[in-house]
Amino acid sequence: MSEHFILPRGDGPSLLAVDDLRVAFGEKQPVKGISFEINEGETLAIVGESGSGKSLTALSIMGLLPAGGTIAHGSIQFEGREITTLAPREARALRGGSIGMIFQEPMTCLNPVMTIGAQIIEALRQHQSLSRKAARARALELLDLVRIPDPHRRIDDFPYQLSGGMRQRVMIAVAVACSPRLLIADEPTTALDVTIQAQVLDLIDRLRRELSMAVLLITHDLGVVSQWADRVVVMYAGRKVEQARPDAMFGNPLHPYTRGLLNASPRLGDSYNYIDGPLYEIPGSISSLAGDRGCAFAPRCAHVRAGCRDAVPALATLSHGRQVACPVLLSEENRVTAVDL
Amino acid sequence: MPPSNVRALRLAPERVPAEGRAAEIVSLADWPSVEQPVVPLVPKSAPSRARRLLSVIGHNPLAVSGGAILLFVALMGLTSPLLYPGDPLAIVAEPFIWPGTDAAHPLGTDSLGRDMLAGIVHGAAVSLQVGVFATFLGLLIGVSVGAVAGYFGGWTDVVLSRVTEVFQTLPNFVMLVVVVAIAQPSIATLSVAIAIVTWPGVARLSRAEFRTLREKDFVLAARSLGFGHVRIIVSEILPSALPPIIVTASVMVASAILMESALSFMGLGDPNVVSWGSMIGAGREYLRTAWYMCALPGFAIMLTVLALNLLGDALNEILNPRRQVRR
Repeated sequence: MSEHFILPRGDGPSLLAVDDLRVAFGEKQPVKGISFEINEGETLAIVGESGSGKSLTALSIMGLLPAGGTIAHGSIQFEGREITTLAPREARALRGGSIGMIFQEPMTCLNPVMTIGAQIIEALRQHQSLSRKAARARALELLDLVRIPDPHRRIDDFPYQLSGGMRQRVMIAVAVACSPRLLIADEPTTALDVTIQAQVLDLIDRLRRELSMAVLLITHDLGVVSQWADRVVVMYAGRKVEQARPDAMFGNPLHPYTRGLLNASPRLGDSYNYIDGPLYEIPGSISSLAGDRGCAFAPRCAHVRAGCRDAVPALATLSHGRQVACPVLLSEENRVTAVDL
Repeated sequence: MPPSNVRALRLAPERVPAEGRAAEIVSLADWPSVEQPVVPLVPKSAPSRARRLLSVIGHNPLAVSGGAILLFVALMGLTSPLLYPGDPLAIVAEPFIWPGTDAAHPLGTDSLGRDMLAGIVHGAAVSLQVGVFATFLGLLIGVSVGAVAGYFGGWTDVVLSRVTEVFQTLPNFVMLVVVVAIAQPSIATLSVAIAIVTWPGVARLSRAEFRTLREKDFVLAARSLGFGHVRIIVSEILPSALPPIIVTASVMVASAILMESALSFMGLGDPNVVSWGSMIGAGREYLRTAWYMCALPGFAIMLTVLALNLLGDALNEILNPRRQVRR
């Protein structure tokens, strides 16, 4: 597979530590206690289907939960500093300064009535004391860095004059303008053509190395995970169900949900047809949350046991930082010995 | 059967069967030749937004005619001290000179012997000043209140919306008369009074715009860059919210001019300046014998308001994204 298995990276010191984060909207808790760490320079992917709480986790880190949402419990530490209780001014210095974020829709995330140059310059001058001229020069460098051809001519273009892939590149340029330590990419390629997706992810990966930043990659695309992530967190219904290195997860998924996800993604060489060879589907939907007592995946799980509906399964930590929240599969024969490669 | 187009292209013309030749020539003509200039894939950088907008306005007949009339009125107002130096309220000739009978007073004189044209020219300045100041103030209050209410929502919105509604339920003209009756009537107080009765409409409009726009992704993206609320309101959202506000503003100028005229007609305007409304008011007693005293300033009001409405319609056509055709 790809080279990062030979050259493991992301073993630097911890940059971001999320501990038992719970996000509440009134009575509802779409994020029910998630913990993970991102080390300096690594790419951590959070995978899950719509509604699993992955975007809310990202927005909590940014301090930008939608109206009505609050962090009900838990802590988020960035560079050793608690950031959930920051004063608004400090939080603003962090956003766009030390933590950058790119969003799913490049079409709508750029201000339609401002030139792309002005938007990059704005971002730069928000956090750094640069003269207009110096900021413009830096903006040109950034456009060049994200491989926009002919930046001198493009800098005064409006977003509508650019293609989707170019806009996403501009978004990335805006997000990394102030050389953040952490880049949060919320489904950065979902709205793009397949051919552009790989380019954009390559770009993010190259910037990660060149600017030595960590990347929190939120996606539902397992292909993206296998190629670009150092570690994967699988989320289901607001909780982490599995955490592993991608090779371990793809080689030996330990949670029934992860298995389902892997089975539900098409593989090269297999032929699929809606009549005789349909792609596997996980039965039910994420909205079929069976109360709050047991394992949230129990109603859809093929391996469900009597105990599953009584208590939320604890995360078991295995070697190499691997974690899984399913005692049933773990206790099955030979599983534990075959856990890690 | 003639060969397929692809094969025809590869064959020399003389070897193509007769029936196939016509088709082959057509397809060869479509083939890009070497001499054809290479069209660059990247479109040329478009002209600036302001210049494009100006050219669009220049091609809109409504905008051109409205703008021309307005320009004429504005020039009249601006040059009034040069055209008619001295007090337009001064008695300069005998009364009741009909328009077109005396070359020295082309539009005649009123019941006291004041020059009509001087009044209309000076009145243009007063009308436009009141219209512009009142609209500016009304926009300032209305957009600020609407932007804050729409952007922050929640309790801020509830409180500001109720305040706006209180002002909106007050009968406009009664409110105007009361304000002017309390304060000394002057261009400044008239403008303030008109702004007080017109801002709620602007506030509601901009509140609606801001409520929609604050949910846009680019606002979230701006917040993710650490921008403060004021900056997001002023430099991120406001430019997108402006088009409907600009359209409203042109109509607001027109209604401010009408309100000022109505107040002056009733004798509640500034007694020291001549205005179109006060001229009509002065002439109303002689409507049967000297109707021109009402008709001339009335025509001036009508023309100005019409010009502003034409301009408003044109701006609406140009700036409203829902009615936009291909540029």
